[in-house]
Amino acid sequence: MNIVVCIKQVPSTTEVKINSETNTLVREGVESIINPFDTYAIEEGVRLKERFGGKVTILTMGPPQADIALKECIEVGADEGILVSDRAFAGSDTLATSYVLSKAIEKIGDYDLVISGKQTMDGDTGQVGPGIAQRLGIPFVAYVSRVDDISDGKMKAERMIDEGHEVVEAPVPCVMSVSKEINVPRLPSLRGKMKAKSAQLTVWSAQDLGIEDNKVGLAGSPTFVMQIFSPKRERQSEMLEGSSAEQVSALCDKLSEMKVV
Amino acid sequence: MSIHIDAEKCTGCGSCEPVCPFGAIEVVDDVAQIKDNCNVCGACQDACDFDAIVIERPAEEDAGDDNSQGVWVFAEQRNGQIKGVVYELLNKGRELADAVNTELCAVCLGHNVEGVEQLGKYGADKVYLFDDPMLAQFEDDIYTQCMVDLIRERKPRMMITGATALGRAFIPRVAAIIETGLTADCTGLDIDKETGLLLQTRPTFGGNIMATIVCRTKRPQMSTVRPHVFKKGTPEPGRKAEIIRMILDGKPTDSRVKLLEFIEDVTEKIKVEDADIIVSGGRGLGKPENFKVVEELAEQLGAAVGASRAAVDEGWIPYSHQVGQTGKTVCPKLYIACGISGAVQHLAGMQTSDTIVAINEDPNAPIFEVATYGIVGDIFEIVPMLTAKIKESRG
Ligand SMILES: Cc1cc2nc3c(=O)[nH]c(=O)nc-3n(C[C@H](O)[C@H](O)[C@H](O)COP(=O)(O)OP(=O)(O)OC[C@H]3O[C@@H](n4cnc5c(N)ncnc54)[C@H](O)[C@@H]3O)c2cc1C
Ligand SMILES: Nc1ncnc2c1ncn2[C@@H]1O[C@H](COP(=O)(O)O)[C@@H](O)[C@H]1O
Repeated sequence: MNIVVCIKQVPSTTEVKINSETNTLVREGVESIINPFDTYAIEEGVRLKERFGGKVTILTMGPPQADIALKECIEVGADEGILVSDRAFAGSDTLATSYVLSKAIEKIGDYDLVISGKQTMDGDTGQVGPGIAQRLGIPFVAYVSRVDDISDGKMKAERMIDEGHEVVEAPVPCVMSVSKEINVPRLPSLRGKMKAKSAQLTVWSAQDLGIEDNKVGLAGSPTFVMQIFSPKRERQSEMLEGSSAEQVSALCDKLSEMKVV
Repeated sequence: MSIHIDAEKCTGCGSCEPVCPFGAIEVVDDVAQIKDNCNVCGACQDACDFDAIVIERPAEEDAGDDNSQGVWVFAEQRNGQIKGVVYELLNKGRELADAVNTELCAVCLGHNVEGVEQLGKYGADKVYLFDDPMLAQFEDDIYTQCMVDLIRERKPRMMITGATALGRAFIPRVAAIIETGLTADCTGLDIDKETGLLLQTRPTFGGNIMATIVCRTKRPQMSTVRPHVFKKGTPEPGRKAEIIRMILDGKPTDSRVKLLEFIEDVTEKIKVEDADIIVSGGRGLGKPENFKVVEELAEQLGAAVGASRAAVDEGWIPYSHQVGQTGKTVCPKLYIACGISGAVQHLAGMQTSDTIVAINEDPNAPIFEVATYGIVGDIFEIVPMLTAKIKESRG
């Protein structure tokens, strides 16, 4: 079974903030990491390979330095890495990104399953997975929490919905996004590390994928960021004073004013 | 690449460097250079005093002369019941529709859906209703096709959908087919007075930064909004929507993804997302047994129990209780945070609560910045005392 896992390299975002006085961004050594939600996708790809045989190909679209992320995937059991990188892709939104990734998956050609993370930490939309499925003309199963079986051209899996879980059956090939509940990602093995060191990564440009310029980058992205700013906190805070008993009784008064107690 | 530096104008002052969220601009030999990881977000352009950063954008279309009209709300239902988020979206949708002088429509797909007339009372002018046994359950392909066909036929200007599991799974497909922009998890929706465009504001970078996004050239302008982000309006009893019945003619009758079984959550006594009062516990509780303190207070108040991600990750309480950016967004009348530091990702899920009470031993904990009332103290002393006091006052 050939599995394609889509991952993204993201800035480690807890470090990014806006300085409220100067209104500028503060980045403390923005380190790039694999989008945490994608680590579950990688792990699931590797586990399915271990169960059903086949090969795991990691696909990412990003700047040249995203090759580090691909090597990290090989350390934890992936077989191959493909980096799709071109200056023409800069500024792509989820629509343009899913177009590029679907073109790359078509070029990979022989695939049975595409796995994506639930969402990215920077973009944080969860739109790329369903976008890829649509472009490839195959079904999409969201928030998978368990894969029961893949056989006879069908996948049986459990997905999370707001009210609980659903067991569904989808034909393969299909795209699935995985939720955190699905597994616990493994740590790199020594063998994996050795393999990653010598691994040859594939790099594809827009031209390699036969991509039309007007469908990627800013031109191919209907959404556009007009402004960025730091979140406002407007609440009037009141710190309650005195001993613990006094504080508690002051709070109770407030709550009874609100008719809570 | 459609961003470049005008080397003549650039003075190498470096004011662009710190504003880039990606670290993708750097002054080398007195001229700014754009690196490969540039995302063309435009932050550097705003920071440049010399107009030296040039971003070439695709030609703009005037939003005024497009022939799309109407603000649409996806009226999601489950088992024939319209979801609460729909009424919240109608409230906001009404505001948007009035601002651009257009109609507000709800689109409902289901079978024997109850209370369709309610949609009118909450602000819809029209309801497009697909009523068919085939639509009783969420069928990916059929839902998608119905939506796409209706959008193509009636050309709405904006469309808002709840960011529920279902909304998030199927609306991106619709947007991809229509090839329009979709902005996920908006926390603010507004109309730009000059252009009439939908201003879609949402948190990015893990909630550290807010971004306002527009979709200039494609219609509809599509957004998703999480439940409890907007407030529900008050129904007008006499208000009626025109109900337009749609038929499934010519649509696929089969979904490729088949539902085999539904497993309901062994639900908590009160669901966090529906509760008027929430008592939440964080890492400050120290160990799983200590959740009892929080549970006892919740029980006294008839409240739901919430948690920070740290508490969930420790395995002290199931994920369904998690409040925050990657958990649930809540907006109760009262939110009591016990031993929660108030990381942005947690605040993202609860800061619009009417009243927030924070109990934390660290006076500098960021939770106090959003708290209506703050108590600096030990939760193991304060919380049981509060529980006892409430119990006492109730007799
Ligand atoms: C992409 C991303 C998404 C995230 N999503 C979420 C999310 O959805 N929800 C969420 O909550 N977090 C989320 N987080 C995690 C978030 O950044 C914080 O790590 C988390 O909220 C911290 O939880 P906490 O406040 O319980 O723990 P801590 O930050 O460890 O705070 C514990 C607090 O308890 C106080 N304390 C300790 N003992 C006592 C005592 N005896 N009495 C009184 N006070 C005491 C301490 O002073 C401290 O302030 C996310 C992070 C990332 C990167
Ligand atoms: N640039 C990218 N390259 C590869 N995969 C991506 C990229 N962007 C998003 N994805 C995949 O799509 C998922 C959802 O991303 P998003 O829609 O940005 O929240 C991620 O978890 C990844 O699996």
